[in-house]
Amino acid sequence: MTWYIRLWKFVTLAHGAGGKETEELVRNLIVQKVPPELWKVGEDGAGLDALDDSALIPLGGGRYLAVTVDSYTVKPIFFPGGDLGKLAASGTINDLLMAGARPVAALDAIVVEEGFPVEDLNKIVESYVGTLAENRVALIGGDFKTMPKGQLDGIVIASMGIGFTEHPIVDRNIRPGDKIIVSGYLGDHGAAILAAQQAVGVDLGVESDVKPLTDLMLPLLDRYASYIHGAGDPTRGGLAMLVNDWAEKTGTVIVIDEARVPVRPQVKEYAEMLGVDPLSLASEGAAVLAVAPEKAEEIVEFMRSLGYEQASIIGEVYEAKDPRHRGRVLLRSVTGGVRILEPPSGEIVPRIC
Amino acid sequence: MCLGIPAEVKEVRGHVAVVDFGDGVLREVDAGAIEDLKPGDLVIVHAGVIIERLKGREAEELVRNIQEFIEELERRAEELARLYGLPEAGAGAAPVGGGEG
Amino acid sequence: MAEQPAGMGGVPGYRPEASVLRDIESMLRSRSLVERIVEKIKRLAPLAARRVGQTPIKIMDFCGTHEYTVTHYGIRSLMPPEVEIVAGPGCPVCITPAYYVDVMIKLSLEGVRVYTYGDAYKLPGSGRRGRDIRSLEEARAAGGDVVVVYSVLDAIKMAREDDKPGVFFAVGFETTAPATASPVVAGIVPKNLAILNVHRLTPPIMRYTFETHRDNPIRGVIAPGHVSTIVGAKAWRFVVEEYGIPTVVAGFEPVDVLLAILEILRQLAEGKPRLVNEYSRAVTWEGNVKAQRMIEECCEVVDAAWRGIGFVPRSGLAFRDKYREVDALHQYGIKELTPEEWRYDLPPGCRCAEVTLGIAKPTDCPLFMKTCTPGTPYGPCMVSSEGACAVWARFGGGGLAEEIARSLGIM
Repeated sequence: MTWYIRLWKFVTLAHGAGGKETEELVRNLIVQKVPPELWKVGEDGAGLDALDDSALIPLGGGRYLAVTVDSYTVKPIFFPGGDLGKLAASGTINDLLMAGARPVAALDAIVVEEGFPVEDLNKIVESYVGTLAENRVALIGGDFKTMPKGQLDGIVIASMGIGFTEHPIVDRNIRPGDKIIVSGYLGDHGAAILAAQQAVGVDLGVESDVKPLTDLMLPLLDRYASYIHGAGDPTRGGLAMLVNDWAEKTGTVIVIDEARVPVRPQVKEYAEMLGVDPLSLASEGAAVLAVAPEKAEEIVEFMRSLGYEQASIIGEVYEAKDPRHRGRVLLRSVTGGVRILEPPSGEIVPRIC
Repeated sequence: MCLGIPAEVKEVRGHVAVVDFGDGVLREVDAGAIEDLKPGDLVIVHAGVIIERLKGREAEELVRNIQEFIEELERRAEELARLYGLPEAGAGAAPVGGGEG
Repeated sequence: MAEQPAGMGGVPGYRPEASVLRDIESMLRSRSLVERIVEKIKRLAPLAARRVGQTPIKIMDFCGTHEYTVTHYGIRSLMPPEVEIVAGPGCPVCITPAYYVDVMIKLSLEGVRVYTYGDAYKLPGSGRRGRDIRSLEEARAAGGDVVVVYSVLDAIKMAREDDKPGVFFAVGFETTAPATASPVVAGIVPKNLAILNVHRLTPPIMRYTFETHRDNPIRGVIAPGHVSTIVGAKAWRFVVEEYGIPTVVAGFEPVDVLLAILEILRQLAEGKPRLVNEYSRAVTWEGNVKAQRMIEECCEVVDAAWRGIGFVPRSGLAFRDKYREVDALHQYGIKELTPEEWRYDLPPGCRCAEVTLGIAKPTDCPLFMKTCTPGTPYGPCMVSSEGACAVWARFGGGGLAEEIARSLGIM
């Protein structure tokens, strides 16, 4: 891969936006510095080689330890449908679930700006711990630091999760023929946050979908673990980033049928008004699965029976017929025409053109 | 070059109008470029400014105008094709439908 | 009022009263209607090609938003081999001279707050990649004061609240000019906010474009719909009268664009070029006269520079002396660019100017998707989400999408 980072003089917001730039920075600035033999633990473990939702360490006897870490920052800290604490807890739990693991414990590291209201901090921690507790996840350690005023904007939470699994889901197992399933409406979180940031006194009528997917994923894993070849939550970068990542990792072509992707009408309209693609907007309470075709319909029915009424098959994985097609995502638009669905790139900014 | 978004005017306050883009978001936009703006008007907004009012206040009227344009164009296209001796096309007489889901 | 479409019942925040607009939108994106019009296009295209004596027939979508519609909805993949859709110079960000970007970067680093539309935020100036600060985005990362706004009103509100000296970067064509003119004429721009007026006009550049295509003429023009709401359909009369090119003012939904293509083919097959207004729901013959008057009140038409192209006669707007107190050129003592001082302002190797004029396709440029990508744009056409290169990069222009679809047997 071309070493794009040298083309930048400074780190910009785009590098942290979860799109192509983030991936390039991580691969080139971080992964490259680690000797390949230290990318993972154990022959059949998964680590920097997979860059998946969670890393996997084999424990022997077919069991794996799943570990994930993420830092969370959002503006505004309290947004329609949630807050930073719920976001951190849900993100941690979901990253474990997407690796096929049962979440067991979490650790946190909180950094706060001098002068931050204790009341707000209390609410955030209550929400973080509360969300973990509701999902029977223990909080077993952490760290707390303060930075001088002006050196940090508010608060950042880093959250680490630990889980166990006997049927790890590693995205590189996605194969031609697999059907792509989403659990529900996409882009709610991204739209709610953009609305809260962009306009004053706006009521989009859409709340962030932030929530742990325990009630969906644990039953699914119990019944269908061996049929689920890939799982991911379309957070930053949205569905567009996730499916591109899958296609690239597996060298396949993924075809998405736009008309079948569930997006709330007002999220679609709002995104269009700002000139952003709803498929690039983040969801914090949705799952995307790649499943064996013979079980796809049954799995969707099961998801619906669990209360995920918008669960749908939205696409399919194909074998690339030409090496140049590997890693591409094709989107059949609502009009029937086709285009490439690129991973999002750059910071999401509203546009007029 | 210019993203123009249709919206419905909810309120007019002198130089400024409050509009709904159909997403439930109410936004203040500049109404300085339009004469006699009224709540209920359908408009096109670009860069935070109402640049034009849609002709025809009722949905039915707008839809009808577009349908007429399409049907007229199709009719002429068919005439032309016949003139050049191309075989009759299958579609043509079906009414113009709305979106399908 | 129409009933709520199925599947939307109970959606929180869904407003049935807004369904007028949604009805039109869903009609103009309807797959069955698209298929019907495409079928007619396929019937007429061979006739038109025979009559014109040229294959493929080159149809220019002048406007970046039309190019977006064409690419986003995969319209090229629906076209018969006789029809080639080429992108025109309709991206105001791509053609804004590097000089003004440099000026804004400098101001932002000197403590003046720069307000910009998101479109111009990543636009590179003349700086070298990786060595200089070459966009407002990089200026902000380096400590410059840069704020992305959706409208001038947002900038005015912020400037009133915080009292900081600021400059608004007013890029854009005729469509965007009223956004600048309206608050200026209304006298509501606060003293601490100045405006850098780099608005450009579209009819002069369209004329310029035709002159560069003499060898391989453009056979049809899809004229810019939203520019036309301001300037009126009449602004494009010269295209038909002087160049004999069928011209259709079109809206921005996929069906709008397909109808424009069908109408152009029909005119070609008949051999009678005309000016047709497909976008009559928004565009009149005369245009928005009030907006025209507002622009005329505070701006005069001047010779102006286009990036990579140079000075084009009477193709830009500048504030009249009467309004110099809002003019950033005056307030900050910025020298205006002159034809003598203008230097070719594209980076070496970049073919943006040819892409802008529709002479080259993005895929003809050796830098395209090699060292020039949406994340690390080298030339301006890769920056704006409407720049032809950026659109092709995101949506796989150049036939790749069709090629893959055919190889998988899904088209």
